[in-house]
Amino acid sequence: MSNLMTGAEMVVRALQDQGVDTIFGYPGGAVLPIYDALFHQDQIKHVLVRHEQGAAHAAEGYARSSGKVGVLLVTSGPGATNTITGLTDALMDSIPLICITGQVPTHLIGSDAFQECDTVGITRHCTKHNYLVRQVEDLARILHEAFYVAQNGRPGPVVIDIPKDVQFALGAYLLPDRIEHKTYKPKLDGDADKIAQAVAMMATARRPIFYTGGGVVNSGLEASSLLRELAGLTGFPVTSTLMGLGAFPASDKQWIGMLGMHGTFEANNAMHDCDLMIAVGARFDDRITGRLDAFSPGSKKIHIDIDPSSINKNVKIDLGIVGDCSHVLRQLVDAYRAQGKQPDAGALARWWAQIDKWRARRSLSFKASDTVIKPQYAVQRLYELTKSRDVYITTEVGQHQMWAAQHYHFDEPNRWMTSGGLGTMGYGLPAAIGAQMAHPQALVIDIAGEASILMNIQEMSTALQYRLPVKIFILNNEYMGMVRQWQELLHGGRYSESYSEALPDFVKLAEAYGAHGIRCSDPADLDAAIMEMIDIPRPVIFDCIVDKTENCLPMIPSGKAHNEMIMPDEDADMGTMIDAPGKMLV
Amino acid sequence: MNAPSAPSAPLSPYSSALGKSNIEVHTLSVLVDNEPGVLARVVGLFSGRGYNIESLTVAEVAHAEHLSRITIVTSGTPEAIEQIGHQLERLVPIHKVTDLTLRGGAVERELAMIKVAGKGACRDEALRLADAFRARVIDASIESFVFELTGNVGKIDQFIDLMRPIGLVEVARTGVAAISRGPNPI
Ligand SMILES: Cc1ncc(C[n+]2csc(CCOP(=O)(O)OP(=O)(O)O)c2C)c(N)n1
Ligand SMILES: [Mg+2]
Repeated sequence: MSNLMTGAEMVVRALQDQGVDTIFGYPGGAVLPIYDALFHQDQIKHVLVRHEQGAAHAAEGYARSSGKVGVLLVTSGPGATNTITGLTDALMDSIPLICITGQVPTHLIGSDAFQECDTVGITRHCTKHNYLVRQVEDLARILHEAFYVAQNGRPGPVVIDIPKDVQFALGAYLLPDRIEHKTYKPKLDGDADKIAQAVAMMATARRPIFYTGGGVVNSGLEASSLLRELAGLTGFPVTSTLMGLGAFPASDKQWIGMLGMHGTFEANNAMHDCDLMIAVGARFDDRITGRLDAFSPGSKKIHIDIDPSSINKNVKIDLGIVGDCSHVLRQLVDAYRAQGKQPDAGALARWWAQIDKWRARRSLSFKASDTVIKPQYAVQRLYELTKSRDVYITTEVGQHQMWAAQHYHFDEPNRWMTSGGLGTMGYGLPAAIGAQMAHPQALVIDIAGEASILMNIQEMSTALQYRLPVKIFILNNEYMGMVRQWQELLHGGRYSESYSEALPDFVKLAEAYGAHGIRCSDPADLDAAIMEMIDIPRPVIFDCIVDKTENCLPMIPSGKAHNEMIMPDEDADMGTMIDAPGKMLV
Repeated sequence: MNAPSAPSAPLSPYSSALGKSNIEVHTLSVLVDNEPGVLARVVGLFSGRGYNIESLTVAEVAHAEHLSRITIVTSGTPEAIEQIGHQLERLVPIHKVTDLTLRGGAVERELAMIKVAGKGACRDEALRLADAFRARVIDASIESFVFELTGNVGKIDQFIDLMRPIGLVEVARTGVAAISRGPNPI
């Protein structure tokens, strides 16, 4: 192959050379040359979504479940603007994406041409970086550089905006031989003296805790296995954010559950009372910390993160270690082994005894029922009936998402895909499609709410077209349940606009798309219905009719501290718990 | 630009900036790749995250290397200013961010052009003060002067204040440019 080719051919060639096998996209006038170049090859599979937001989330699901970069291709103007939510979602959750957008020809830029928009201007705030390619001579370099930027350091979405004339222009292609980026060189190893300090702090801790996050998953499988090794060496308890679930096995006895707003009583109280917090690839988000001035008041805090701006952003840190999780964890494992000291065994045993007391409060418990399906029970059964399989879980956003996080358990990273930072309803179905593309043989389930699923329901057609047997497990409570819960908590139970009126018949909806529909409302039928869903080798919409007014607990209400949780047996007087400043928060 | 939230505003329980009384003014020097949009990235970062810009100057400083230098005077708590530095470093086309105030020993200068109109005694008084401040006359008409004055921000402020009763018409200022003292680059 000569290295002289059109810009459009260069795009496809660069994707191939970057090892891309799947892209998600939607054609239009400004990307026709690239679609034509795709037509002439079969190395890259293009998945035609039904809305560009779907392409972005599908690319996220693909990336998050495979550890690779997710790629999407959309046209100018509305194609580009439709990706904004997905790009922002990927930025917040640090998901590596490449988004290629078509643009009007360079001589028309700035003239309000048909389907022109200032894509780099609009996406500047929702990407890690973006490029407008003004001449074909820059294209190959930018394409390869974009892959480097998306994956290295803290991962994130990168937009490449390519005017149509640049797609047609002839230019020389460059291979992606080792890229030395001019300015962007993230630091991978932690400073040796800081590693030594960290190990000394760990060896003298009496009430330690590992607080881990999505950064461990992002850093790769190596980071997860090193986390397990370090936890094993030290005997410290481990909790994780929503984004980090699976990096440490939920079946391990050192696992104390997720922390944060809907985290376990034991995890949040351990965070509050610890004397040493070791944050690994987590960013002290407000869902995690609750009331900041009451956040873990008595602890020394070590923070390991590849992004220096995450350290000391929200919470004062005693020892910040900038570096990639896998590198720093490797350094910590080695240094901890070498120093040979162990923390005071008696103190650690007393700490674990305290944690067990908190655990005994059984904060994830709920009132069982044999007449109505409790949403927690539905997730528990789903877990029991699928856990032995090769399974990937995505979610939408709301109560069902939190119940999924609480009651579905993960022993491996990259198995759990959810919109954490942005909280995007409509994420789950396209993300499931992306995950299924990356893992054709796996069981991929979107745990959904009846409101969220309608936000990107059009992607059912995509699932059908590519024979992707994704399962949509709707916890149908006929409410925007999380909104309803907050209205109960903050607004006197005035359920303004949170009832899911005029819902479609989900079984018929499934059938209309050519999928399979199941409805279940009796707890006695649930297991059989779930088995039916699993066994059908086609996309399924499972309409699981659950208790309408169940609240998601435990909960740290806004403005409260980790040790001020509302427990499952205390939700009767939820409406009186939040003071005026707390109501101001989200 | 974005005024810091008034210290009297109710404190958010999510906010760590309890009592924002220790506001400092710092000068940051930012070396960037001189590519389209880089200034928008920097300015957008400040507006998007609610940081203050007291002054900002930018110009290419090394043509062959495509390097521009942005000098930003910003204000905030020491923690906020540290955060601003780290957030700037996240921008891909940025080579280096230096907090010149933290480093100590930087020289800062601003250039201003000040138009003053008046007749008779006013003109004499304007010229006398300009002489004291070592301002140069770069334009003159029968009823006006334009003075050029270089110095630190305080000196320029003071000169403008003195010109106000005499017949100040308008002012153009460049914003602060700054460089560290001694033989080494930042
Ligand atoms: C795009 C978007 N719009 C609005 C919201 C605010 N919101 C958060 S949860 C929620 C309700 C979700 O309802 P449903 O999907 O039925 O889930 P449930 O809470 O009932 O499990 C809403 C409206 C959001 N997160 N995302
Ligand atoms: Mg619902």
